[in-house]
Parts: sequence; C-alpha cells; structure tokens
Amino acid sequence: MRALAHIMKMKELEDLNAIALAAIGLFIFALGYRFYSKFVAEKIFRLDPNYVTPAHKYKDGVDFVPTNKFILWGHHFTSVAGAAPILGPAIAVYWGWLPAVLWVVLGTVFAAGVHDFGTLVLSVRNKGQSVGTLAHRLIGQRGKVLFLFIILILVLMVNAVFAWVIANLFISFPASVVPVFIQIPLAVWIGFAVYKKNIKMLVPSLIALAIMYGAAIFSSQYEFLQIDLVRYMGGEDAAGLFGLGAISTAFFIWIIVLMVYVYIASTLPVWKLLQPRDFINSHQLIVGLGILYLGLLFTNPEITAPMTNPGTDVSWFPLLFITIACGAISGFHGLVSSGTSSKQLDKETDARFVGYLGAIGEGVLALISIIAVITLFPDREAFLATYSSFAASSGSGLGSFILGASQLASGLMIPAAVASTIVSVIVVSFAATTLDTSVRLMRYIISELGVEYKIPALEKKHVATTIAVVASAALVLIPEGPNGFGSGGFLLWPLFGTANQLLAGISLLLVSIWLRKLGRNYMITIIPMIFLMFMTLWAMVQQVFLQWAWYAAAPNMLLFVFGAIIFVFALWIIITAIQVLVSKNNTGDLGDEKIE
Amino acid sequence: MPITDNLKRLIKWYEAVLEHPHKTEIARELRAEDDLFLLMLYSEMLGIPNPAYYYTLELYPYMIEEFHDWHLRMGMEKSPLSGIRCC
Repeated sequence: MRALAHIMKMKELEDLNAIALAAIGLFIFALGYRFYSKFVAEKIFRLDPNYVTPAHKYKDGVDFVPTNKFILWGHHFTSVAGAAPILGPAIAVYWGWLPAVLWVVLGTVFAAGVHDFGTLVLSVRNKGQSVGTLAHRLIGQRGKVLFLFIILILVLMVNAVFAWVIANLFISFPASVVPVFIQIPLAVWIGFAVYKKNIKMLVPSLIALAIMYGAAIFSSQYEFLQIDLVRYMGGEDAAGLFGLGAISTAFFIWIIVLMVYVYIASTLPVWKLLQPRDFINSHQLIVGLGILYLGLLFTNPEITAPMTNPGTDVSWFPLLFITIACGAISGFHGLVSSGTSSKQLDKETDARFVGYLGAIGEGVLALISIIAVITLFPDREAFLATYSSFAASSGSGLGSFILGASQLASGLMIPAAVASTIVSVIVVSFAATTLDTSVRLMRYIISELGVEYKIPALEKKHVATTIAVVASAALVLIPEGPNGFGSGGFLLWPLFGTANQLLAGISLLLVSIWLRKLGRNYMITIIPMIFLMFMTLWAMVQQVFLQWAWYAAAPNMLLFVFGAIIFVFALWIIITAIQVLVSKNNTGDLGDEKIE
Repeated sequence: MPITDNLKRLIKWYEAVLEHPHKTEIARELRAEDDLFLLMLYSEMLGIPNPAYYYTLELYPYMIEEFHDWHLRMGMEKSPLSGIRCC
C-alpha cells in the first residue's frame, strides 16, 4: 500500500523509490504468470491434464519419478538460481537502472518464462529427452556437435568467470575465506551423516549453516581470522612472487587453490560434497532473498543511481542483452528443464508452475540485485564515480552488490561488516557450486567428444578433468585487468552471456519448430529467439570486430578468438533456423506423443 | 492453530525439496549396485565362469522381469541373450 501511495504521488519516473520499484517488478511478474503463462499453456502448448508424462510412462524410481509440483518447483528453482543473476544485473546498472529493470522484468515474462516453460513441455512431449538429444534428432549429427561445442564454450566461460568472481571476493572480503572453507568439511560430514547413517538432512544442514555464519561473525570481528593475502605480502603496492605485484600474486594463488579444490570436488561422487553443499546453499538462497527483500522493506532506501546514464563509454544497445543473461533469459535453464525436471513432472499442466514460475524466481533475484546496487551510493555522483566506465563496472559490480546488500541488511539490525561477510559467503558458495557443476559438465563433454572423435584417452576421468581445469585456469589468468595479472576475468563476462544466449536461442528454435509442426502459433518463441540472436550478433560484431580485433583500438587476441568462434556458431544457428523453418516438408523428428 | 499448521506444512515442503535430489542419488547408487549384481548373476551366460550359477537359476523368474531395463541401461538396444527374448 505504501508503494502504491508513493506511485500515486510521483510526478516523474525518476522519483520512484526502491520499494515501489520492487513492487512494480513483482506485480508485472505476477501478471505475467497469471495471464501470459496461462495463455501460452492453454492456447499455444494446449497442456493436457490427462497426458501420460514420461515420469509415469518410464517410471524407474531414479530419473523418472512423478513429483509433486511444489517440490519440483523448489528443486528446479534452487538448481537454476546462482551467482549469475546477481553478477549480470550488478554490472548492467552501469547504463542506469531503467534499462536493466526493463530487460529483467520483460525478459523474464516474455523470454525466460516461455523458454523454460517451452523446453520443459517439449521435453515432456518427447520422452523426457534433453535439448541436446532433441537438437541431434532435429538437425542431425551437425546439431549434436554444434550443441556440444556451445555448451563446452559456455562451461569454459563459467569456470573462468566464476573462478575470477571467487578470487576477487576473497581479496576484497578476506573475512569470507574462513566461513567458505569451513563449508567444505561440514558438507562432507553432512554427506556421510545422511548417506551412511540415514539421518534427516534438514537439521545437520541447518547446524552447518549456523556454524558457517558463526564463523562469518567471528572473522568479521577478528583480523587474524581474515585470510588477506595482499596484507600478508605487505599491502597493495608491495611486490609478490615471480616479480608480480601483491594483488596479482594473490589472484594467482587463489586461482590455483580454487582449481585444485575444483579438481578434487568434481571428481568425487555427488553425494559426498556437491549435494550436501546444495542443501546448505538452499538455506543460503532463502536467507539471502529474505535479508534483501525484508531489508528493503525496513530501510526503504532512496534510489540514488541515475535512471539512465547518458555519459557511457559503451552503448547499452545491444550490450545490455548479453550482460544480463541469467535473470532475463538463460540457456542453462533449458538444460535443467529438459534434463531433470521434465522426467519428474507429475501432470503436464504442472509445467506452467514449474517452468514459468522457476524463471520468475530467478527474475525476482535479479531484480533485488539491481535494487541493492542502485540504493547503495549516497548520491548520483558517487555512483558515477564507481561506475565510471563499462570495464570499471564489470570489475566492481559484484563488490557493489555486496555492499548494497549489507546496507539493506542493516534494516534488520545486522552490522554492516557481518552482513557484507555473510553476503559474500552466499555469493562465493553459489559460485563455488556452479564451478564444481560446470567443471563436472565440462569433463563429461570432453569425454563425449573423446568418444565422438575416437580418442580413448579423453574418456578417462582424470585426463578429462585435467584438461578442463588447466584450460579454465589458463583462460582466467590470461586477461589482464586493472589490478594486474589474473584480475581481468570479468572481461569474459560478455562472452559468457553470449554463449548462454546462444544456447537459449537453440532451445527456442527447437520449441518453435515443434510448434510449427503441430500447426500452432510459434510467434511466442520465434520472436524472443530472433530478438536474442539479433542482439547477440550485433553485440558480437561490435565487440569482436570493432573492439578486440588486431586492427581495433584495444586489440585482445584471446577475446577475439573466442568471440569469433562464438560468432560463427551464432551464424550457424541462424542459418540452420532459417533452413528448418523455411523448408516446407521438414518437420524434423520432433514428436508429439499421443495420449495413451 | 492455523499459523502453526501452515508453518509445519512449509517446513515439510522445504524438507521434501531438500530430500528430492538426495533420494534420486541414493536410488541411482542402489541401482548401480543392482546392475553389477545382475551382471554377476548372468556371468555364466556371458561366458564368465560362475560357481554359483546353478543356485542363481532359482532367481531366474525375478531376474527376467528386470532383464529388459537392465540391458537397455547397459547400452544394449536388443537382448544380448538368445535365451531371453524380451524385445
């Protein structure tokens, strides 16, 4: 009501306060779910409550298990929500809060929701098969290889970017190191307690969370618990190892530590470390969202960031659409939708709740991430000083989110130092789990490519993991950022966004082809697909050929090569899309299994 | 008290969300063990000598029910054994 009263009194959009902004965003999400997803479910997908879903048809008690929609939604949401919907929006507010909010809200309603929902339904109608398998069936061997390479690039980018995120946070918030490392033995303990002793997991994982946050409180208060490598070496200006500066050395050490950790973590069985970490992370997701939204209500902060930023060095159009990938639309969700959720859907009509609302959950996280940053600064000048250029925003976006979130937490009487440690622990935990999953995924893809191209050595677990880890470490260490060697990992962020959008593009294409085959209106998926592909290609041309190429102002061969590869893949997808959609008799091999 | 009831339901839902992937993983591990066990039972048919083969014959009616899913999981499209023609 307070938000409504505020909106009624406003003369200009710039007068909007943060609660009203959140309320408007949430209201549009609600409208999207209530009306648009209903329209899509009833008129386009024509969901049938009597359809025998793969969970029933192929029920095996392991992968195919009919699951209550609320539980499945919870699982789906915790699988897709991570550090990415926080980082992207925290960078994209560089162009002002309005473009970021609009893209998050409208992207979630018209693109992400339809994408996640569509891939779920498509997979349900095709024996619960994943998007990768469906691409193979539709486009043939070419489709499979295309898909594998795009995922390979995506996970490589994820590894590099998230390793950089964690190293950066460890250097900026040294108090978060101890609680983060305490999580590892605690997770192993939970894994054993639950798996071997058959203890219920809620209580042990809550105890683990309490220990972690206890450690966070102590490490925020006592300096000796803060593992500050830069301070140990004598401060920012001191010399480190191998002739590098202190910050570069700290980056180098943290990246090596992380890579050793991730090597071990990703080769362990999932129940030993990854899954128990996920239990703790589920609590952290709730704690994080709770702190942020309640903090927002209690502090009622003013938005100090500009609505639009006229003096930017890089145009928002089209870079905004790849800077915010997760939180507006993300291809990774399609992998979850079609990989696990589709095999567990009890009724086909539940797909709307699980898929569409799962995307909205991520939009809610992205929205509060924007609000945390745009309310952090005392005034517009302070915001513009930190967000002075796109590179500066990319480097400091996440740090600003953590400080903004701790400012919101102050409304809940949590001291700022403790709050910033806890929020950075939450972000690092998400990032570390993503890193673990992503290295694991990369290992599988390398093994699969080994099978495909008959290189048996690649099929071995440790060979594939070594390649994955070394490639990721090399990628994160090469770009030089403002803090020297290894600190430029954020330069890869737009490439991560691009790879993610390409994946979403393929999934939307598959759904469109399926709808076309059924004679339904496929505009709801083809329009977001064309939009995404257009923006991605445009952004790529700008960045790869006008910015990073050897003849451009700021040449960067590494980014140029990766960008060029992604650009070729994007073109490939578009050509394939046109081919498949234009040809009259090509209905692909996508099915629509009859009701039995 | 409706509030306590709602809270209890919420905690129950949350616990179920947490347990969901865990149950899958446990079931997967158990199935992997079962698959290995089945392979040992069939070892004689696959040419690996098995001294307990005579006794495992008693399990035949139970094994045959699971045989089709097993050979599919093992990456064999059709039944590898001429004695069992499930597909």
